[in-house]
Amino acid sequence: MQMHVAKRVEIIIEAPLERRLLDTISEAGVTGFTVLPVLGGSGRSGRWSREGQVSAAGGMVAVVCIVRPERVDKLLEAAFEVVERHIGVVSVTDCQVLRAERF
Amino acid sequence: MEAIPSIMAQNLLSPIVLSFALGLFASLARSNLSVPEAAAKALSLYLLFAIGFKGGASVAAHGLDGSLAASLVAGVALSFVIPFVAFGLLRAMTRLSAVDAAAVAGHYGSISIVTFVSATAILASRAIDYEGYMVAVAAAMEAPAIIAALWLATRAGTGARMDRELWREVLLNGSIVLLIGAFMIGAITGERGLKEIESFIVSPFKGVLCLFLLDMGLVAGRGLRQARSVLSPGAFAFAVLMPLVGAALAMPVAAALGLSAGGTALLMVLSASASYIAVPAAMRVALPEANPSIYLTLSLGVTFPFNLALGIPIYIALAEIIGGV
Repeated sequence: MQMHVAKRVEIIIEAPLERRLLDTISEAGVTGFTVLPVLGGSGRSGRWSREGQVSAAGGMVAVVCIVRPERVDKLLEAAFEVVERHIGVVSVTDCQVLRAERF
Repeated sequence: MEAIPSIMAQNLLSPIVLSFALGLFASLARSNLSVPEAAAKALSLYLLFAIGFKGGASVAAHGLDGSLAASLVAGVALSFVIPFVAFGLLRAMTRLSAVDAAAVAGHYGSISIVTFVSATAILASRAIDYEGYMVAVAAAMEAPAIIAALWLATRAGTGARMDRELWREVLLNGSIVLLIGAFMIGAITGERGLKEIESFIVSPFKGVLCLFLLDMGLVAGRGLRQARSVLSPGAFAFAVLMPLVGAALAMPVAAALGLSAGGTALLMVLSASASYIAVPAAMRVALPEANPSIYLTLSLGVTFPFNLALGIPIYIALAEIIGGV
């Protein structure tokens, strides 16, 4: 089966910033993304968990975008505008997709 | 009027305080007891709807006068002023940076709706009436403290910013919309509406509150366990002293407004409590430099349990003196 090279960008960010991030990357032309709930974790700001949270303030979400390699810089620039001052992780990995016209 | 120790003893042995204690114990003992996020959310939706509706129905039954507007203005003013007092105390009592102190101060100017709900349950169990519109005062006191905190942070040289989107999120956050919406429904439908859904929002109320407080205990215990490093003696002392200072500031205001003993107690509770819903979310967006584990631990891990176990009985006893009950 024919496979096509793509980039998978994963942004783990504080839940209160989810909408801002999605608006910003949409404005940058990235309209395909998936938002995933994250159960918990640990990082420079300590451990956290989404269980029984009385407030979304302490929670995190993961936003996953798969884009063509030539579009990744634009996406990262847009994402950086939002995540620069905040807790979170941005990672880029190589991946392959089946239907290139969709990305 | 009953003595403060007697009210405290009754309160400490009430199901709601013991449920919180159970959650706190389970969390500190590292039990795997947990309340799923969706269940906690459903419980909080129920509590907000019930307290809003009952407040609105009470206003419909007793009628409205100028005291609602005056109480709203007073609530907004208290919420705006308290962060400045808190900021001064934090700078004197702790080694927190100006940014962290501003963020913490904002939490103490705003309110904890669960503390408010618990106080109404304790007032109800003691058959003390309160003004139904105090629910609207609670909603009005959520946001002004955020402005005060961001002003304090800006003065400290940070790039704190409050854009339009954040305004919208703060003023239209789900809790406020549900609380005010249910209040309006209660005010419109009155006693008739309350009767129709009484079996849902009155009788199970305390039981649901107990479950919710169990979750609050778990969250508070988890926060305390993970953030011991931020709990310096000074910060701990602040988190216990500040609610008393906030309540003391509210006392003369309530007297000037002519609130009943129950209304006075609730205004004191609102001024004494610290936010852990609206303000943390706003701070994460507008003031990300502030350490969230400091303000969440102080607000949820120290001040909330203090108010629930000891603060509320003190405020009720003092309000009874002022209210002349």
